[in-house]
Amino acid sequence: MPSQFIIELTVLVLAIFVGFEVISKVPTLLHTPLMSGTNAIHGIVIVGAIIVMGTPHPGLFMQILSFIAVVLASANVVGGFVVTDRMLEMFKKRPDERE
Amino acid sequence: MSTTTANLLYLVTIVAFILALRFLSSPRHARLGVQIGAVGMLWAVIVTLSLDEVVTGYWWMAAGMAIGSIVGVVGARKVKMTAMPQMVALFNGVGGGAAALVSLVEFHTVWAASGDVGVERGVSTVFSALVGSISFAGSLVAFGKLQDLVSGRPITYPGQQVGNAILFLGSIGLGAAAMASVSFWLLAAAIVVAALFGIVFVLPIGGADMPVVISLLNAFTGLAAAATGFVLHSNVLIVSGMLVGASGTLLTTLMARAMNRSIANVLFGAFGKVDATAAAAAAGADGQTVRSASADDVAVMLAYARRVVFVPGYGLAVAQAQHDVRNLAELLEEKGVDVKYAIHPVAGRMPGHMNVLLAEANVPYDELVEMEQINPEFPQTDVSVVVGANDVVNPAARNQPGSPIYGMPILDVDKSQNVVVIKRSMSPGFAGIDNPLFYDPKTVMLFDDAKAAMEKLIASVKSV
Repeated sequence: MPSQFIIELTVLVLAIFVGFEVISKVPTLLHTPLMSGTNAIHGIVIVGAIIVMGTPHPGLFMQILSFIAVVLASANVVGGFVVTDRMLEMFKKRPDERE
Repeated sequence: MSTTTANLLYLVTIVAFILALRFLSSPRHARLGVQIGAVGMLWAVIVTLSLDEVVTGYWWMAAGMAIGSIVGVVGARKVKMTAMPQMVALFNGVGGGAAALVSLVEFHTVWAASGDVGVERGVSTVFSALVGSISFAGSLVAFGKLQDLVSGRPITYPGQQVGNAILFLGSIGLGAAAMASVSFWLLAAAIVVAALFGIVFVLPIGGADMPVVISLLNAFTGLAAAATGFVLHSNVLIVSGMLVGASGTLLTTLMARAMNRSIANVLFGAFGKVDATAAAAAAGADGQTVRSASADDVAVMLAYARRVVFVPGYGLAVAQAQHDVRNLAELLEEKGVDVKYAIHPVAGRMPGHMNVLLAEANVPYDELVEMEQINPEFPQTDVSVVVGANDVVNPAARNQPGSPIYGMPILDVDKSQNVVVIKRSMSPGFAGIDNPLFYDPKTVMLFDDAKAAMEKLIASVKSV
């Protein structure tokens, strides 16, 4: 097995633990924004879409597939972040004068 | 720049994403966190655009990003907060679809160049293609069910499990064959079969269980993105994908636990068994009487109470009565009543959904109290007002071992001094289970639409 694969696997396993650690601290209050926020984060696949689109392809068909990937990933990223921000904007603490 | 340099610069994005999730631990910093995450994403896009291997297709990219962004912004801005689960399902699905397509094209490119993709990359490619495709198709069906485009009822037919298993194994078989023979078309076929599996996998699951499914598919898309990271040797994809995978898995488990069901039961149970037992339970409730009250009676109870707890359920959101509840609560607070909101973990249509709906109605988040915190306070509560909730306040979950919801954690509303249940009729909740709370001598029923009831209560409280 190539050593690069082992390193990547190590990163993967560590990321799982970081993920569980960080997410277990999110209160139920924010679980919907958490879900839509992580939804936006997996839009990182846009990186892959850009790479396949930017690599020269022998045929139009591959270009069309890459193009669709770019469209889908951008919708995922932009929509995910905008909707999460919109939700979190609404979460307000009780105003001070009513304390 | 080289892939190595890019992987170094991607660290910024990785840190940004971890911080974004870390900041979600408190509503005060959450928004800042998401903005940090968005900046991290933008950074990743810029780094990727400067990669050595990205040399062409800029116009296509620009056009694709413009179209995707417009769709994303319009969708995200227009969606109603009650429709949030559908929106999450949709964005989740397109992400999965993108992951599957990226793998497919990358497979073709590498195969055309070298004729061999190597075992690790081959497996990662097939994994990402299949899981991304399942997530895409499954999420679209979930969207359809929540949006009432597809029947929300569990759709079952004979031989379903066997058929599903054949599709599932078939997609894996085709994927393995694609890897062995390095065939683009076999992989494309595997993706199509995986999409079919995604559809038939979600169809038999009832609309009310969709949140669990969406959460699971969210984890799937994360895993697909992480696998794409192995294909492209990109750390940022691996880490981000796994963060999402961990999050989705955790939320799926939490939701299933809050509904007192195993994940397997949600996914493969098709909710058939519950209906029979529920009918039996409902029949046993005959002969008990309920006390019904007018808005004026309830208004007096509320106005002279010291502590009132509102228990909102999805019925409140359907009636669009969040703002009215908020107005009533403010009115009571002006009269010196201590008001809180008790939120059950599965109130609404996805985890934490009810909090978002109430935040939209300007309810301060420090008045929203989670189940574990509010339950010990019910004995000191003068009046609990249940609006559009049913199963989550059903004491049968605590004391009737035969009940289908026995063991499900509930809000102990029945322990408060008085209970007001606002409901249109005596019809049972979604699970079809009768609720002994309604027959409790401490309970009065206010039969009305949630919104109309709130308006009448506001008027009556004002005149008390």
